[in-house]
Amino acid sequence: MALALDLLSWALILVGGAFGVIGGIGLLRLPDFFTRIHAGSVTDSMCAPCIIAGLMLQSGLTLVTVKLAFLILFLLLTSPTATHALAKAALHGGLVPGKEHSPAEEHRG
Amino acid sequence: MDTLVDILLLAFIAICAIAILRLRDLFAVTMMFGLFSFIAAGLFATMHALDVAFTEAAVGAGIATILILVTLGQTARREKSQAGRNVLLPLLVVWVTGAVLIYGTADLPVFGDPQAPAHLHVAPYYIENTREHIGIPNMVAAVLASYRAYDTLGEVVVVFAAVLGVIALLGLRRRPAGVEARPRDLEEHQVLKVVAKMIVPVILLFALYVQFHGEYSPGGGFQAGVIFAAAIILYALVFGLDTARQVIPPRILGWLPAVGVLIFGCTGVLTQLLGGNYLDYYVLAENPQTAQQLGILMIEIGVGVTVASVMLLIYFIFAERALGTRTDDGEAGR
Repeated sequence: MALALDLLSWALILVGGAFGVIGGIGLLRLPDFFTRIHAGSVTDSMCAPCIIAGLMLQSGLTLVTVKLAFLILFLLLTSPTATHALAKAALHGGLVPGKEHSPAEEHRG
Repeated sequence: MDTLVDILLLAFIAICAIAILRLRDLFAVTMMFGLFSFIAAGLFATMHALDVAFTEAAVGAGIATILILVTLGQTARREKSQAGRNVLLPLLVVWVTGAVLIYGTADLPVFGDPQAPAHLHVAPYYIENTREHIGIPNMVAAVLASYRAYDTLGEVVVVFAAVLGVIALLGLRRRPAGVEARPRDLEEHQVLKVVAKMIVPVILLFALYVQFHGEYSPGGGFQAGVIFAAAIILYALVFGLDTARQVIPPRILGWLPAVGVLIFGCTGVLTQLLGGNYLDYYVLAENPQTAQQLGILMIEIGVGVTVASVMLLIYFIFAERALGTRTDDGEAGR
């Protein structure tokens, strides 16, 4: 049982780490702003919760686990919202999805 | 392993610093400064200096970033080009200063050296006696609020002086007549509103937890005040400045920084009136440990009130000015 929990926890931590790396690569490689914040939000909403869930399994039924659960809840609420706010602000600022530069930026040079 | 983490974090800090130097977009620079503070907080956490890490994360990465962004909203977004300026003299100054600093580190004790003066002077006394004198687990709170309460009083007065300076320079004036705080585009943002409604009460509750649990876990008045202010600022950002002003009327807010300092100072006067020295808590109650905890609780409330209200006042004053100068395309007036 303990071994199974340990394995599961490490699997979660590794999956979370993998998502972090994927998010990082996406942030560097994807073509425009909107796809890039998509990559960034992958890090926020998959990498961190997976790692925290793995840590929860490590710490067992303690106060730490409760605090980590609150952290996951907080992250799941705030990080998609932050991404949403970013995307909306970009749209409001005149950035068109699929285009590299906003008209305003091209105008400025 | 610890060394590896330290090297990694320090490398990130160096990268941040170089990026800050090379960037010209001041909004990006501000975000890099926030990142810088956050990595520094991580570094403090690896040294188990959790109170310092907490403060760095809340103040450096949180509220300072917000205040700089609000300031930038009223000035320029991009750094002025400085082409053609002579770079030799600044370079020389920087090199000489850097060389002197690096030379100076040769005399510092090795990191973590138990024989370092900092670990031999008063620190052992605090570590050995906190449990007996004050009876709280968080030694940092004991040092900050009891053994070194004078220093903390000084810090609170500095924070108070900061807001006095801002008021003296910018004034508490209302916005000019005719400038309406018109509903901004954020008003349509249902998602932000719903999430902010869920988050803000939780942040306020967390601030109270940090305030009153500061003797048992990392935290205290400074961090709690900043977190409290951050929650109200989030509310003001999403629901508009005027709504936030109805929640915290400026008439009352203007008094609060002084009230906080007075709570702190009057605790000291109270102990004097009861026959002790200034900020000597032992006279507050029969049991010495209870007396100490009572004193710490009182001055932490003073600290929290001052810090929260000062941060809010500065934000409100800046944001009010931004409303006054805002033009239609969202660019700030110069």
